[in-house]
Amino acid sequence: MTPLPYSPSGPPAAASLRKTLGPDLFGYVGIEAVLDQMRRKTMKSGFEFNIMVVGQSGLGKSTLVDTLFKSKVSRKSCTPNYEEKISKTVKLQSVSHVIEEKGVKLKLTVIDTPGFGDQINNENCWEPIVKHVNEQYEKYLKEELHVTRKRRIPDTRIHCCVYFLPATGHWLRPIDVEFMKRLGKIVSIVPVIAKADTLTIEERLEFKQRIRQDLLANGIRVYPQEEYDEDAEDRIMNDRIRESIPFAVVGTDKEHQVNGHKVLGRKTKWGIIEVENVAHCEFANLRDLLIRSHLQDLKDVTHNIHYETYRVQRLNESPHGSALSPYPFQNGTTNNSDLESHL
Amino acid sequence: MSQSGEKGKFPETAGYVGFANLPNQVHRKSVKKGFEFTLMVVGESGLGKSTLINSLFLTDLYPERYVPGAAEKIERTVQIEASTVEIEERGVKLRLTVVDTPGYGDAINSQDCFKTIIQYIDNQFERYLHDESGLNRRHIVDNRVHCCFYFISPFGHGLKPLDVEFMKAIHSKVNIVPVIAKADTLTLKERDRLKRRILDEIAEHGIKIYQLPDADSDEDEEFKEQTRVLKASIPFAVIGSNQLIEVKGKKIRGRLYPWGVVEVENPEHNDFLKLRTMLVTHMQDLQEVTQDLHYENFRSERLKRSGRNVEEDVVDKDQILLQKEAELRRMQQMIAHMQAQMKMKEDE
Repeated sequence: MTPLPYSPSGPPAAASLRKTLGPDLFGYVGIEAVLDQMRRKTMKSGFEFNIMVVGQSGLGKSTLVDTLFKSKVSRKSCTPNYEEKISKTVKLQSVSHVIEEKGVKLKLTVIDTPGFGDQINNENCWEPIVKHVNEQYEKYLKEELHVTRKRRIPDTRIHCCVYFLPATGHWLRPIDVEFMKRLGKIVSIVPVIAKADTLTIEERLEFKQRIRQDLLANGIRVYPQEEYDEDAEDRIMNDRIRESIPFAVVGTDKEHQVNGHKVLGRKTKWGIIEVENVAHCEFANLRDLLIRSHLQDLKDVTHNIHYETYRVQRLNESPHGSALSPYPFQNGTTNNSDLESHL
Repeated sequence: MSQSGEKGKFPETAGYVGFANLPNQVHRKSVKKGFEFTLMVVGESGLGKSTLINSLFLTDLYPERYVPGAAEKIERTVQIEASTVEIEERGVKLRLTVVDTPGYGDAINSQDCFKTIIQYIDNQFERYLHDESGLNRRHIVDNRVHCCFYFISPFGHGLKPLDVEFMKAIHSKVNIVPVIAKADTLTLKERDRLKRRILDEIAEHGIKIYQLPDADSDEDEEFKEQTRVLKASIPFAVIGSNQLIEVKGKKIRGRLYPWGVVEVENPEHNDFLKLRTMLVTHMQDLQEVTQDLHYENFRSERLKRSGRNVEEDVVDKDQILLQKEAELRRMQQMIAHMQAQMKMKEDE
């Protein structure tokens, strides 16, 4: 994880200043030190990141999240004697952990959606999820509109939604299209091909191409969205990512010995699938995207674009500027009965 | 008498009648006639059903395959596609019909997806019943479904609700052979766990899958051992492939990954060979069970249904008779009671 908050603007202003005004007149001002101060502050306060995983039962969501953050952060690792039973309705379960690396603290919340897509009749199974995402925006909005606001509004908004596609090798299924169409408008979706060790390299490329065609045909916008690229540098980086989504991933928490060192992998009779080897699967690319390069960007997109869209919509609904029309709950507070938080 | 005794002592020369030759005659006739077998494959899209069928029978049953995109899938209902192929091996002809069910489990709401399939199975039984009761019975074509391969996704933790519902709906109509598809996504431990889970769930819901018959006591040990191994491996975890890959100088069917090669016909990699052995050795038994169990069930249900109208009238009449008798008895009791009362009054 990068400790430094990623700044989208170019090199610090001090360099250009030096060019125009000459080095003798001003010398070194020390504006750069701002970065150090920012770093110290953020290291003290820590970061928050909320990730939601959606997909059918058995696609390896919990294992992948554990592998991504190299710690037992999923709901399965937190409940002892976990028995896998398909639940009859879509429930949302959120688990929070604070993980630390090199002095940087990250409060990670993983929201799981057991029961999604598992029933015989899956109509409207995305509604509880849409409701939950909007509820988090509503909570934040209410805090923001208070007369006396907290210094740091607790951020429970979903920064990223990882959608798991089964590795069928054909096309997107109707349920995938419906879900991504609706959620793509309110949250950043990162689709991944789950359990990709069942696809050969050619099959994988064909599948990805077909998925991209399907996404385009249905007008589904997945992260990173083209219209939010700020400059050419971003666009080049994001184009490269866009060419290879959805990432074909394999997750595991077991280690094996390969050529003398320990690697995370799955051992089968015909070979060992190394999870972090880019020739085998694209887990490393996903991890880099989510954590090493775009974590802050995901948060920014959520705050500046998705949240603002929601806010504008809500404020336009009410007759006055700052008073909100009542949110569709009777008591005005959010329904917490299906959220279980462990801290 | 002693003469026949002597005949018994030397069967080859005197007492040998020759009907021991009958199996050979049957064999020759069936080889000439050829065998018919109908196999139905059911499972969600993308589980490798077509690839497996092609691998099993070493043919290309689906040369011009078109896989529809998601937009078309939304409006579709389950289709039934039957393709027939004649396979010949060492002079024995097999007329194999594979019934595919594209669209199964694709829609968001899969409530009705197995109605079409059940209707198809019933129609085949109906047609056979009709032909059997007809006047010309010489050329009855047997299109009844003899076996159904049900493909279970390896991505789940066991059976899905749709799997359970479907199997419960057809287990009394067709022989179900559950198959775990795309088994190269499972490690050995995961495979064993999944198999046990599936068997537990099948027992829990009371689903009757096809049971391999035990080997007869007069078969040789090798066959008995083979049957034991087959029985222990259900459900079979299989991999299919249409590609030939070169491994150690030989060309074999397999799948090439960056981390290794999965061989379809390697018993250590998957249960494909076991599935093929089971199908081939027990083809006759599958047909027999379809005829003796499933078809007879269907037939008796059908005939009972059409004969029920006549029986109901008779039952009604009996009931009316009983009612009238009860009324009569009550009236007689009342009269006796009144007579007794009148007598008492007279005495007073």
